[in-house]
Amino acid sequence: MSALYILWLRQIKKYFRNKARIVGAVGQPLLFLIALGYGLGPTVEQSGITDYISFLVPGIVGMTILFTSTFIGIELIGDRMFGFLKETLVAPVPRFYIMLGKALGGATVAVFQGIIVFFLAIFIGFDISQVTLGGALIALTAAALIGLLFAAMGLVIASHMQDTSAFPLIINFVMFPIFFLSGALFPLTNIPPALELITKLNPFSYGVDAIRGGLVGSAEHPIWLDLTVVAGVTLVLLIIGSWLFKKIQI
Amino acid sequence: MPTIISVSNLTKSYGELIAVDNASFHVNAGEIFAFLGPNGAGKTTTIKILTTLLHRTGGEVLVAGADPATNSNDVRHNFGIIFQEQSHDDDLTCYENMEFHAVLYGIDKPTRTKRIKDMLTYVDLWERKDSLVKEFSGGMRRRMEIARGLLHHPKILFLDEPTLGLDPQTRNYIWDYIQKLSTTENMTVFFTTHYMEEAERYADRVGVIDYGKIIAIGTPTELKAQTKTSNLQDAFISLTGHQIREEKPDPHASIKRSKKMGRF
Ligand SMILES: Nc1ncnc2c1ncn2[C@@H]1O[C@H](COP(=O)(O)OP(=O)(O)O)[C@@H](O)[C@H]1O
Ligand SMILES: [Mg+2]
Repeated sequence: MSALYILWLRQIKKYFRNKARIVGAVGQPLLFLIALGYGLGPTVEQSGITDYISFLVPGIVGMTILFTSTFIGIELIGDRMFGFLKETLVAPVPRFYIMLGKALGGATVAVFQGIIVFFLAIFIGFDISQVTLGGALIALTAAALIGLLFAAMGLVIASHMQDTSAFPLIINFVMFPIFFLSGALFPLTNIPPALELITKLNPFSYGVDAIRGGLVGSAEHPIWLDLTVVAGVTLVLLIIGSWLFKKIQI
Repeated sequence: MPTIISVSNLTKSYGELIAVDNASFHVNAGEIFAFLGPNGAGKTTTIKILTTLLHRTGGEVLVAGADPATNSNDVRHNFGIIFQEQSHDDDLTCYENMEFHAVLYGIDKPTRTKRIKDMLTYVDLWERKDSLVKEFSGGMRRRMEIARGLLHHPKILFLDEPTLGLDPQTRNYIWDYIQKLSTTENMTVFFTTHYMEEAERYADRVGVIDYGKIIAIGTPTELKAQTKTSNLQDAFISLTGHQIREEKPDPHASIKRSKKMGRF
């Protein structure tokens, strides 16, 4: 238990010491919010959505969490390259804990980053009076689960990589499709069946849906379904990850 | 004396390259064992296999009664290691690096507070405990890693070129501590070094590995007698030849060496 805590704590400390990263990870979502909210908003609103900012903000909060949590994979490769991973891997701590401690650290940081973006969105025109306390708790639960899911995914992907050179490929060919084909930016009504299938298989769709349901009360699926899907995929990834961590050799 | 590490017919290959070649040796509980060999001989690879970081290609290995490949958790409860290459986190302070280690190794709070203070004071870093390690010089980092490795008093301590780059005063000072710990806690020490006088002075027994093969094993006195030399440095050179080694072994090596062995 204390091993899990110290592994988690390390990730948190590293995050708060890296101011450039905090600012950097807020920048991109803000750009999306402003460009899409102000640029695309008026057009979208003519086609049926009454308030595009309310639709968009949960998606952008989800996006922030998605990309921030996956980044833990790069940190893992950094630990390997700078030698620190050896120190953790020889410790008398089951590898599952090492994986879980890191994933929890990555998820916490990602949720924190998502909360920053959420509050900044108020300045961009998000109407916070529509958020209820219960809804906020649902959104927070969903945010935490997405954070854990994609931190676990980042670790699974990175666990056997020797350097970071392949990571941009992963971001472009895995993370961006997950992001764009999720309903984070636009509603998934009336899209081609092939795309619809992808969005249905994409766990991030369910996560964003739950955040949206919590914050602005317009979810597509029942919240329990959203949360169950995200939690289920997270569990599977944690299991795969701990198996892969067991196999790591240096 | 009971055996605490036993290695028989250990082989590890990286593709074509055979890094450890059918090596057999054992280490007794409580002894200080020096594992010597030129660059690229296979020392680090052997240590990685013994410490669960790497899986072997063949052979049998037991560390404190368990197989590091299949029973890694049991093995991990019984050793500590100071790595050849750096293994700390630059973005944490010196104290945080120490604490991270102590918590992972399950040392309770009062003990770890005391030991961290004692060890950092011992290696003269207590004043700098709250500095980020990225501000440390190479020697300071090395001292910190040694202090960290000595925090949890394991049954077996592996040291892979621990004193590389440290001045003679610091080296002596650290060796005195390790020797004392080995005596008081009956801790087994398995170390590699390029400083032959360290091996001669502190090791109970010495194993020499070259091109992945164990070529000699015995007390320093036995190795000197075997090679008819007066110090371990000369014995080592007599055993491994004068040639300067690159990290990659020479493909003709085993042929040359077997001729050399013929002289014994
Ligand atoms: N990951 C690796 N992949 C390929 N070859 C390796 C790897 N690690 C070590 N080697 C090779 O194995 C041999 C033994 O290396 P090592 O055990 O590090 O030697 P030593 O510690 O005695 O200097 C060297 O020839 C080295 O180049
Ligand atoms: Mg080495």
